Amino acid sequence: MQVVFDRPKALCDVPLHYCPGCTHGIIHRITAEVIDELGIEGDTVGICPVGCAVTAYDYFGCDMIEAPHGRAPAVATGVKRANPDLTVFTYQGDGDLAAIGTCETVHAAARGENITVIFVNNTIYGMTGGQMAPTTIPGQVTQTTPYGRKPEMNGFPVRMCEMLATLDGTALAQRVAVDSVPHIKEAKAAIKKAFENQINKRGFSIVEILSTCPTNWGMTPSEAMERLRSEMIPYYPLGVYRDTDVWNGQ
Amino acid sequence: MSKVLMKGNEALAEAAMRAGCKCFFGYPITPQTEISAYLAKHMAKRGGVFLQAESEIAAINMTLGAAASGVRAMTSSSSPGISLKSEGISYIAASDLPCVIVNVERGGPGLGGIQPAQSDYNQAVKAPGHGDFHMLVFAPSSVQETVDMTYLAFDMADKYRMPAMILSDGLMGQMMEPVEFPDREVNPVEKPWACSGHKNKREHNIINSLYLKPDILEDSVRSRYKRYEQVENELPDAESYLCEDADIVVTGFGAAARIAETAVNNAREKGIRAGLFRPKTLYPFPKKELNEAVGNAKAILDVEMNMGQMIDDIKLYTECRLPVYFYGRTGGNIPSAEEILHEIEVCSMKGEKAECR
Repeated sequence: MQVVFDRPKALCDVPLHYCPGCTHGIIHRITAEVIDELGIEGDTVGICPVGCAVTAYDYFGCDMIEAPHGRAPAVATGVKRANPDLTVFTYQGDGDLAAIGTCETVHAAARGENITVIFVNNTIYGMTGGQMAPTTIPGQVTQTTPYGRKPEMNGFPVRMCEMLATLDGTALAQRVAVDSVPHIKEAKAAIKKAFENQINKRGFSIVEILSTCPTNWGMTPSEAMERLRSEMIPYYPLGVYRDTDVWNGQ
Repeated sequence: MSKVLMKGNEALAEAAMRAGCKCFFGYPITPQTEISAYLAKHMAKRGGVFLQAESEIAAINMTLGAAASGVRAMTSSSSPGISLKSEGISYIAASDLPCVIVNVERGGPGLGGIQPAQSDYNQAVKAPGHGDFHMLVFAPSSVQETVDMTYLAFDMADKYRMPAMILSDGLMGQMMEPVEFPDREVNPVEKPWACSGHKNKREHNIINSLYLKPDILEDSVRSRYKRYEQVENELPDAESYLCEDADIVVTGFGAAARIAETAVNNAREKGIRAGLFRPKTLYPFPKKELNEAVGNAKAILDVEMNMGQMIDDIKLYTECRLPVYFYGRTGGNIPSAEEILHEIEVCSMKGEKAECR
């Protein structure tokens, strides 16, 4: 019998703890598929965030390090500088990457660190029960914006890809989504490119993936997908914000 | 190798490279500046990595990453910067990672000043970060000892899989002395736990400090404390000087102890039987050695460049059997040998009748 669909080798055979309908599972899978396709699992080190994906160290088959909240790009820098031949990726949520870890993110990009950042943006702090994130959209109700995010009180969301695209050290800044099969294929291609960039020493690569959090959004998985399409994509337009070779010239 | 004249900070940096330090991550702060400057000049030439981080927080986490990948790594700072590193130090300890952290202490609290102080004793020894853990703490009192302790710190960090701090200060870091770098082979220990790519030859390694089940977390902390018992048996080190017949034993570490030694010599010339006890390791504290040193003493005079931090440990470990007096300067002021001598004279007159403060 021919196997036509299987678990990627770089994904461990363990149950994931993510909520029903959460898109972390999709993103884990396509990341693991890319690691398999590039044949790099044995030479890859992943860095976990603090947040829902903290236990990704149990899910990815490569060596894994769990970083303090927001510090994954600094930890990745330490691993990569000590071992330039390893492939090093971080897997971070929006609170981790765009609030407490903004400094580490921006400066890893500014240095043109040859690392790959998988940035999962679901506009909320999931693990702690749904508080306002740096990416929470104006008007969005969260536990800490019970009347909706008001810019005059809570400020505006941060668009990380647009911001990082202004830095000379950024090789790739691309925003994708995982709400449909074509978008998932696009997301996987972007992740693959972000890993290839690192292997080819082109500089800092970040793929921002618009993701859902049905539990904390108070929606069914399908309603959450619809919200991703109708509210998130207009605010966070998909696309390639920067694509260049930082270190080898064009 | 013959002796060379070097600043404490530069000697520390040179010693780190000779001890096999492959990666250094720093952030500018006075008075540790020369460590970064020296390594920036020499590290890459010798096949290592020097990187100036965007913050103390990033520097300690880069150190965490490099250490997790199995190489010898170091970061350095001065007091306010160490506060920022405390998060990372806690994670490093909780992940059982070896690395070296240098604190060239300056006056505090807050931004404080840039002159030498020893006000971070409690931070280093009692609470380098949140949670139950310890960090090895070495307190050099000469440039030569700074070098020797840097070698030792890397070795012991690897041996016990825990962070090690060189608790220097602005005085130790800035002064110049002749120093010799011992010729020695660097024999890094095997690190089968390191995250350096499994090469498809073993299960994946995980370096982590999260345990959501209380029993498992407790077991992990308890097993670490088992290791600390071993550390406390094997590693304490101290210098006792003229303590055998001393009526007054002066206690102090690092720069303060060095000045106190002169005061002890001057007291002896005046006929006062004074001695000096100097812990070289602050964690683990040399409790047995302290009690041996004060065995015949009538009183203890604790001298520190702070408002009295190690004094609590002196009282605790001697079980307040003797009166323990204190003399300290702080804010970047350095006690003179004359000031300490005066205190020794005052203490010798109070004798054993005084209350333990």
